[in-house]
Amino acid sequence: MTRRTLAGAIALTLVAGCATMSDAEVRQRSLDVMKASFKERGQAKLDRLNQDEVQALCSRAPTDPPLAKADEERLVTAQRAAIRYPADGRLLGDWREGEKIAQTGVGKQFSDNPSVPAGGNCYACHQMTKEEISYGTIGPSLYQFAKLRGYGEDMQKYAWGKVYNPQAYTACSTMPRFGHNGILTEDQIRHVVALLMDKDSPVNK
Amino acid sequence: MKIRAAGVALVLSVAGVLPAVAQERTTAEEIARYRQLLQDGNPADLWEVRGEGLWKQKRGPKNASLERCDLGLGPGVVKGAYAVLPRYFADADRVMDLETRLVHCMTTLQGFSFAEATKTPYGSDVVRSDFEGLVAYITAESRGMAMNAPLSHAKEKEAYRLGERMFFFRGGPHDFSCATCHSESGRRIRLQDLPNMTQPEDAKRAYTTWPAYRVSQGEVRSMQWRLFDCFRQQRFPELAFTSEASIALTTYLAQKARGGAMDAPAIKR
Repeated sequence: MTRRTLAGAIALTLVAGCATMSDAEVRQRSLDVMKASFKERGQAKLDRLNQDEVQALCSRAPTDPPLAKADEERLVTAQRAAIRYPADGRLLGDWREGEKIAQTGVGKQFSDNPSVPAGGNCYACHQMTKEEISYGTIGPSLYQFAKLRGYGEDMQKYAWGKVYNPQAYTACSTMPRFGHNGILTEDQIRHVVALLMDKDSPVNK
Repeated sequence: MKIRAAGVALVLSVAGVLPAVAQERTTAEEIARYRQLLQDGNPADLWEVRGEGLWKQKRGPKNASLERCDLGLGPGVVKGAYAVLPRYFADADRVMDLETRLVHCMTTLQGFSFAEATKTPYGSDVVRSDFEGLVAYITAESRGMAMNAPLSHAKEKEAYRLGERMFFFRGGPHDFSCATCHSESGRRIRLQDLPNMTQPEDAKRAYTTWPAYRVSQGEVRSMQWRLFDCFRQQRFPELAFTSEASIALTTYLAQKARGGAMDAPAIKR
């Protein structure tokens, strides 16, 4: 999901009209200020403020020009090339385990125990099943994901890729890169893909 | 405690097993009813009383109260002060939000060291925070007043621009920024509605209802806490209490809420 609004351009004129620092200077200074304002705590070290190219290019305010088409394509291509599929080719795990991962929101916060596996927290943003009514709406509904799109291997690979790295399909997607950034393990992703792709999964009922 | 129990009961009933479609409207109605019930009794009153006591109590190495503290409208003026914060303070030559200004007064007037003054920014089961009392008292004195933080000094403008950059800064293992959850209208996490802080109506409603008594925590939480806990969930390191980034972000958000009538301390789930 990218955000570009016309209102942004208007706000830019209002704010920039009386400012003394250039946009580049503001960007650099905001980074310096952030580095001085955060403290490492538990597993959350200060290196989490070091952005990779995706994060840097996708940190855009409505007052910024939209990401250039060429940058968008370059990001998607590079992220796509970095997707790792399981060596044994097995893409589907157990949807029941996937459901647990989809329900779990812990992981990677400084308040979390790093020895406990992280969850995917899919329900925070997506509708997944009819049974779970407590779902968020930041992402699209995934109810009947495979029933609507098909159960074939191409779709399985697509589902794997989307969970592994949504930036490989949509530049500046708001969804975390669960595989690429090591939030979920390969086995966990298998289970989540099964939740999306298994005929018996409540997602496809 | 009674309120907490009611909260638990509601969560349990929401998480019931009735078919989703039939229950969806009922769930929304139940939550609206729960929120209405909460409004009838806001324990933040108790924090306000405690805060007023702390404001007037002689404390610290200099045995002084905070009654000479200048929150921006002159020494000792509390009425309306929160509605025009954060702002530039010439005596400190920087922009300060309420909590930062309180720390300034605790160190200059009462003689506390910065470390002593900021030892307990947020209360817990074991220790209470003076700040949560003080911000409850001070923000209540701006109730009904329109948010009107100044944006004329060069440092106020700079803080706004820095805050805007930080709001859209993506980082950490989840690539989250503030904007991930707070830059589109009508979205929610699970059943929790998310304010779109880039739009005036949402920004006003959200900003003017902090600080707030959080039923789930049994504490009044400040704007500093709100940002601290957002960043925790963003998987960032810890946002330091009264840090420059926290002031810049608050400046950005206060400007987005310009014109909104203050209604804090509010009560939230």
